[in-house]
Amino acid sequence: MAEWNASSKRSTVSAVEPLKPVVDYSAWPDARGHFGPYGGAYVAETLMEPLADLAEAYARFRQDTEAQAELDRDLAHYVGRPSPIYHAERLSREIGGAQILLKREDLNHTGAHKINNTMGQAILARRMGKTRIIAETGAGQHGVASATVAARLGLECVVYMGATDVERQAINVFRMKLLGATVVPVESGSKTLKDALNEALRDWVTNVHDTFYIIGSVAGPHPYPTIVRDFNAVVGREARRQMLEEYGRLPDALVACVGGGSNAIGLFHPFLDDVGVAMYGAEAAGSGIASGRHAASLVAGRPGVLHGNRTYVLCDDDGQIIETHSVSAGLDYPGVGPEHAWLKDTGRATYVGVTDDECMAAFHQLARTEGILAALETSHAVAQATKLAREWPKDRLVLVNLSGRGDKDVATIARREGITL
Amino acid sequence: MSAINRIDDRFGELRTANRPGLIPFLTAGDPDPAWTVPTMHALVEAGADLIELGVPFSDPMADGPVIQRASERALGKGVGLRRVLEMVQSFRTQDAATPIVLMGYLNPIEIFGLARFAEAARQAGVDGVLMVDAPVEEAGPLRETLARSGIREIFMAAPTTREARLARVAQAASGFLYYVSFAGITGADRITLGDVEGRIRELRAATAVPLAVGFGVKEPAQSAAIAAFADAVVIGSALVERLAEATDEADAVSRARAFLAPHRAALDAVRSARAA
Repeated sequence: MAEWNASSKRSTVSAVEPLKPVVDYSAWPDARGHFGPYGGAYVAETLMEPLADLAEAYARFRQDTEAQAELDRDLAHYVGRPSPIYHAERLSREIGGAQILLKREDLNHTGAHKINNTMGQAILARRMGKTRIIAETGAGQHGVASATVAARLGLECVVYMGATDVERQAINVFRMKLLGATVVPVESGSKTLKDALNEALRDWVTNVHDTFYIIGSVAGPHPYPTIVRDFNAVVGREARRQMLEEYGRLPDALVACVGGGSNAIGLFHPFLDDVGVAMYGAEAAGSGIASGRHAASLVAGRPGVLHGNRTYVLCDDDGQIIETHSVSAGLDYPGVGPEHAWLKDTGRATYVGVTDDECMAAFHQLARTEGILAALETSHAVAQATKLAREWPKDRLVLVNLSGRGDKDVATIARREGITL
Repeated sequence: MSAINRIDDRFGELRTANRPGLIPFLTAGDPDPAWTVPTMHALVEAGADLIELGVPFSDPMADGPVIQRASERALGKGVGLRRVLEMVQSFRTQDAATPIVLMGYLNPIEIFGLARFAEAARQAGVDGVLMVDAPVEEAGPLRETLARSGIREIFMAAPTTREARLARVAQAASGFLYYVSFAGITGADRITLGDVEGRIRELRAATAVPLAVGFGVKEPAQSAAIAAFADAVVIGSALVERLAEATDEADAVSRARAFLAPHRAALDAVRSARAA
């Protein structure tokens, strides 16, 4: 790897993906949570002061060395950080192009990156004197991660989950209950993640005096997109350090799946100033963008307002949010974090659609070549990484956020492939 | 900003007559799009001073189950922002005086286009717009665009709104200020009149615009109690719940009248008390 030097990396990357004028990303968000024209706080008046209180408490939390030490201890001894970077050699060889590296967030306690954020928010909640936490969940991963940290810190936990998802994800519902959480099925709207989010906001507006709302993605009103990003940015900070230590250089590209976009922003953010590092977000293209059955808000949506922030949304010409489709419940969301909207518009990151079929092929290929069952969400990123790797020479490095493990998806995969367990 | 607006006119008349205002809310298109305009006329006949017309939205995050379901039913019948504007236009052919405020969420207006919406709303006969998810900090572009078309943007104050923020909201307020009676969602059973009265006094000191109180008002006695200190009462979920069970247009119209008339009578009794 000695022949890979910084100057050749710069020029070769530029030839593939021309670099846009550099934006000072450290200037965003502004004081009211805007990333360029996106973000902000679009919520009912009742929530404006609680959100301001949260922003203030979070600012104190960041300066509080004792709180940071508590979080670092739990990340090390409870979550199991740092997670390794693994060189997927057999996969890379089979592809025959660039080297694929995996940041193993699937090895965290509870099996995904989600706990980086819930651990941080739960410690913040307790320091704010809140005794009850609520969360919304789609596939159940964020719900499980919230129930887990609630048990760890002795907080009451209520998880809102669309009634359809409760049925589809029975195992995760049971896991949450085993962890002591109350799971509330949401019967309104499409009975999926977006409706669970609405219901959690309704709970919060009613019980804001003693309740902390742990939002699971970089969506929602300010300051949530910043809080969730910062807690997940441990992934990118570690990865950047590990790359320099173990490979002597930064990767040529980062790849992550994007639903709301928390694992992607967590990996991307510490690399934003590294102009030689390209970034790819893989959205769920479901049955294909042209079919209309997908969840690719950045690829096929338009700027609008949903769940407290301005961002790209999937809606009809009347402004009604439309139902999304993806084999992976965790990407099945009609909005996306506002910072991703900004990274798209400024050209810093590229967002692409990966279909259900491409996701499944990548899932099997990774399982077969490396002995890793990736989550279906994550398999979208793996698929995009293999596409890049195929086009690039062997000395390029593509770092994938392997954001979650796939144990939770085996029943879905069996069903999809017509196998009775 | 246009000087003439039906909301300002109406609150001027109410003040002169020392009469508390009555503001019913209904979701446009629920339970049947064809019944909405006749129901609005019936509400005016039964004593409504201003009508809040809900624009159906797929994700009404500040609303309780009653208005959520009304929104879902209306969307199921294809009623979105365009149809709502048509309904207002149709209402205006027979009623040129009763102010109409559209209440809803930003995304439909954003997708319609702010400038295009403001002009279409003015032409249809809309007088005010209350966007639940547009607090003063984010309302700038909408407020300016609406103002150019002579439409008032209505803001809310809540029990959680503290003094410094209250001053900002009061500064931005036009038409009237909507005080949310409790921290919660529409239609919940949580209103505490003593707390509301105290807050209205504080608001009174901060702004000259009329003050309306809503969220959780169901009974005529509650309306009357609120009218003793506020300029108007907003009644939403309780009416929407009644209308939801209507079987045909005539039934919807008679339900609207039967529901609102006792509230009007209770408010008129307050006027007599005020006069005395």
